[in-house]
Amino acid sequence: MAQENVAPRSRTDLFLSFTWLGLQGFGGVLAVVQREMVDRKQWMTLSEFAEEWALAQTLPGPNVVNLSVMFGGKHFGPTGALAAMSGLLLLPGLLMLAIVIGFQAFAHLPVVASALHGMGVAAAGMVMAAGWRFWPTVKQHPLGWPLGLAFAALSFALAALMHWPLAHVIGVVGLVSCGLTWRRLQNKDSA
Amino acid sequence: MNWSLWLELHLHFCMLSLLAVGGALAIVPEMHRYLVNDLQLLSETAFSQSVTLAQIAPGPNILLVAVMGWNIGLQAAGGFEAGGVAMVTGLLMALSLLTAAVLPSSLLSYFMVKWLHLHQHALSVRAFKAGMVPLVMGLMISAGWLLQTASNPQMDWRLLLLCVASMLIVLCTRVHLLWLMLGGALAGAALGL
Repeated sequence: MAQENVAPRSRTDLFLSFTWLGLQGFGGVLAVVQREMVDRKQWMTLSEFAEEWALAQTLPGPNVVNLSVMFGGKHFGPTGALAAMSGLLLLPGLLMLAIVIGFQAFAHLPVVASALHGMGVAAAGMVMAAGWRFWPTVKQHPLGWPLGLAFAALSFALAALMHWPLAHVIGVVGLVSCGLTWRRLQNKDSA
Repeated sequence: MNWSLWLELHLHFCMLSLLAVGGALAIVPEMHRYLVNDLQLLSETAFSQSVTLAQIAPGPNILLVAVMGWNIGLQAAGGFEAGGVAMVTGLLMALSLLTAAVLPSSLLSYFMVKWLHLHQHALSVRAFKAGMVPLVMGLMISAGWLLQTASNPQMDWRLLLLCVASMLIVLCTRVHLLWLMLGGALAGAALGL
């Protein structure tokens, strides 16, 4: 626990470290980010990491990208933020395009098309599972789980079945949900 | 691809960047609505391919925006048959949309982090954080559902079963995602789905 934090040496160090981090992240990156930043690089302690990650999740935008911007910016200002973020996106992005081009070159073959269908529904199952992972949090929701679940179901109906624009879903469901949560927490705090 | 359409796409993704509470997967339903249903710049197949391939490649999920940009640019310039020009257009489109999707939220993170650090226990921040969780859950399940229907437009029951199995395996075991994708690919190819 008495770990001395090590600061990233340079912008190049940030860029390369986040490139390496991005290249290891399949599906969820959280576990990889934690292992790299806390265990291997010792840039922060585990509790510091938990706090930074919570902040990165609160803000809109991709969580890891937010974390890289926050961390790079803390140590080297705007250029540090840029170095960390571009490390995370540049090489992994090019690798991804290479994979896409590779698949598309053979996508006209029936067997590749079938494999892509199979992978597509498998990926769909993973994404649904990622959504379902929020259930324990919704179960503990300040508004109680029935209302939490109702808001989740309502956003599903509006986004997936009725194809509402996201801005409207957030404007309606998000506003009501946050408003009610705010009132509930306020009552709890004063009680 | 004309300039006004490009500008509209770019600005729309800038807005999505700021609406992406919960990360990249939470804006997948919106990208489907906007790019497939409304503007018809992507087919259902190209949409499902973009999200699927982004899952098997390493890197943050937001890179799926780059894959969509690539597909939009490539198609607009005439596809692979058009050669180098189409590939350059695809590359530029990928870069443009990815930049739009990460830059506004990154600027917000950069400038908000100090404020948020000080106020993370404030009532408004806690209410926002907790209040958005059900929404994010609903949006991510929507993303999975739309991806399922895009990959399986005929609603073949075997593919539906594969989808449910994949979800349960992720929830109940610690099998690496790449094995699941490989399993999906093999099952799809073997059954000729």
